[in-house]
Amino acid sequence: MNKENRSVHFSPETRSVQPGPKTRSVQPGPETITVKSRPKASGTGFGGIRVRTIGCILLFTTVFISILVIGSRIVEDDLLVDLNNIFTAPSLQHFFGTDWVGRDMLQRTLKGMSISMQVGLISTVLSVVIAMFFGVMAPVFGGVPDHLVSWLIDFVMSVPHTILIILISLACGGGLRGVVAGVVCTHWTSLTRVIRAEVLQLKNMEYVQIAEKLGRSRWYIAVHHMFPAILPQLAVGAVLLFPHAILHEASITFLGFGLPAHEPAIGVILSESMKYLTVGKWWLALFPGISLVAVTVMVEAIGKNLEKLITRSDRERRQEWIRCMILKSS
Amino acid sequence: MIFPQKQVMESRKTGKFILRKAVRFVTLLIFLCILTFTLLELSPIDPVTAYVGADPSIGAEQRELIAQHWGLDKPPVERFFAWFSSIARGDWGTSMIYRRPVLEVVGTRFLTSLALMMTAWVLSGLLGFWLGIAAGTHEGKPADRLIRLIANVLNSTPTFWIGMLLIMIFAVGLGWLPSALSVPIGVAQAEVTFSERIRHLILPALALSITGIPGICLHTREKTCEVMNSDYVLFARARGESRSSIVRRHVCRNALLPALTLQFLSFSELFGGSVFVEQVFSYPGMGQAAVQAGLKGDAPLLMGIVIISMIFVFSGNLIADLLYQVVDPRMKEAGYE
Repeated sequence: MNKENRSVHFSPETRSVQPGPKTRSVQPGPETITVKSRPKASGTGFGGIRVRTIGCILLFTTVFISILVIGSRIVEDDLLVDLNNIFTAPSLQHFFGTDWVGRDMLQRTLKGMSISMQVGLISTVLSVVIAMFFGVMAPVFGGVPDHLVSWLIDFVMSVPHTILIILISLACGGGLRGVVAGVVCTHWTSLTRVIRAEVLQLKNMEYVQIAEKLGRSRWYIAVHHMFPAILPQLAVGAVLLFPHAILHEASITFLGFGLPAHEPAIGVILSESMKYLTVGKWWLALFPGISLVAVTVMVEAIGKNLEKLITRSDRERRQEWIRCMILKSS
Repeated sequence: MIFPQKQVMESRKTGKFILRKAVRFVTLLIFLCILTFTLLELSPIDPVTAYVGADPSIGAEQRELIAQHWGLDKPPVERFFAWFSSIARGDWGTSMIYRRPVLEVVGTRFLTSLALMMTAWVLSGLLGFWLGIAAGTHEGKPADRLIRLIANVLNSTPTFWIGMLLIMIFAVGLGWLPSALSVPIGVAQAEVTFSERIRHLILPALALSITGIPGICLHTREKTCEVMNSDYVLFARARGESRSSIVRRHVCRNALLPALTLQFLSFSELFGGSVFVEQVFSYPGMGQAAVQAGLKGDAPLLMGIVIISMIFVFSGNLIADLLYQVVDPRMKEAGYE
């Protein structure tokens, strides 16, 4: 019962012959096996799991990049003020409707998403760099540095993230710098924890111990032995961190501590739409919000599929991820 | 003779545990005070301007006098110690935007928030746990897939937008519930009925609980799948136990305490979420006060809120720690690590 055999008998025709998963045919032969060992993940039957995973990653990445590019190509001049067409509900001409000065909401949303995505990307890259540095260095050097990093993580986690981001953003005087600093300072912790745990395990591996005995410096071990081994985790962690970064950016901007009001970020669009919510201009809030959620879900899917591809996916690891997703908190 | 000895050891361990937690709490609090003070010191907020507002009748000399009165001309370190010692004495300063003592503002606002947060906490716990069990017992089936899909989408949805959606649907579209505030407008505080308060609480609590559901749901689902695939459930099935009795006797027993622990660990998320919910629904709680304090530069109030939020999160973590030991006696054996 090798893999090839199984996949052959999974073609739709074979399955339609066998009525249900619980029917066990008495006659011997490969069909019996196929019915019994119906895998849980069998979906639409289009391609193998690996093909679908890679296809999903490619598709979503393309969509992601195109939103980024299209959005950043929209300039202020494209957003025409058209006072004859204010507050038009979604139509074929304006898919997302228009706002209080007649600007097309679809274009504003694309522009806003691309700005927010850029902020999210910057924050993610910075957080990952910090997580990589602390996560590898703390266990490799051990002792005081390790305790210090652990304490720092606990310290950051001891205050609700929203409050901490507000404080840091205030300290930086708001704006792009403030929101990036706030998001980075609160988001490096969860990934650092994961990386640190991974490196602690690696420390007991034979090849690392041999390198130590051979007199390699800690720095050398960190760069040549630890870093390549945690690269997959780091990549997955980075992709999974992005949704949180972009959500927090939008949320903090919504509260008024992030990007300034003249910058058409998605948080600004949504906080403006709050004013028109009670007078029934639902499209101002609905479509930008859906776009934000869609992009977040998409990136999350990229991350999870990537994880499926490059890490061993046992239950323990999944639980670990869920736990740290939760601990990431608001 | 063994038992008394064991008891002595137990109580010694408990003492150690309390001591360790206390030390931890105090150090975190002190460093948090230092951090908050430094961050607000770095910020371009000028306390005098924040206090007098844009009043043009107050000249430069008077500003100078106010600064002197508050000791703003002294070096930061000296000011920090003055502020810190007054905090330790129980004087948290005066809120600039509410013109009342910080402790008083924070106290009343915290109680209002607590009603919201606890309602949402219980609601999200019950719903999340139930959904998690439902998904886990139908692993791989459409119900499981649907629940996981919903949980993952909710995980990626910002709290404030959920609040806005609820307003759009239930307040504006259907007109069932009020869209803002914790009491009706134009009614004296004493005349507000209990049912009115509840009506104003429903939407914010719902918004806040929806954000809490995915975490607890996915965690419970994992745990349930683990139990359902275990040998003892297989044996129970072979004995002919019904699904409901398996869920009651095996799944719930194994999943309940970890889920409860997780709920206590989510206090930080709860508090963070309440900031957004309160802002969207103009609910007069701590979160809204924090946003107002931040936007208007009310440093004393902001510091008070930071400290209270830290105590809130810490108590949640402490309860979770204690629950861990109930769940897993090995943790107790290991000396409260």
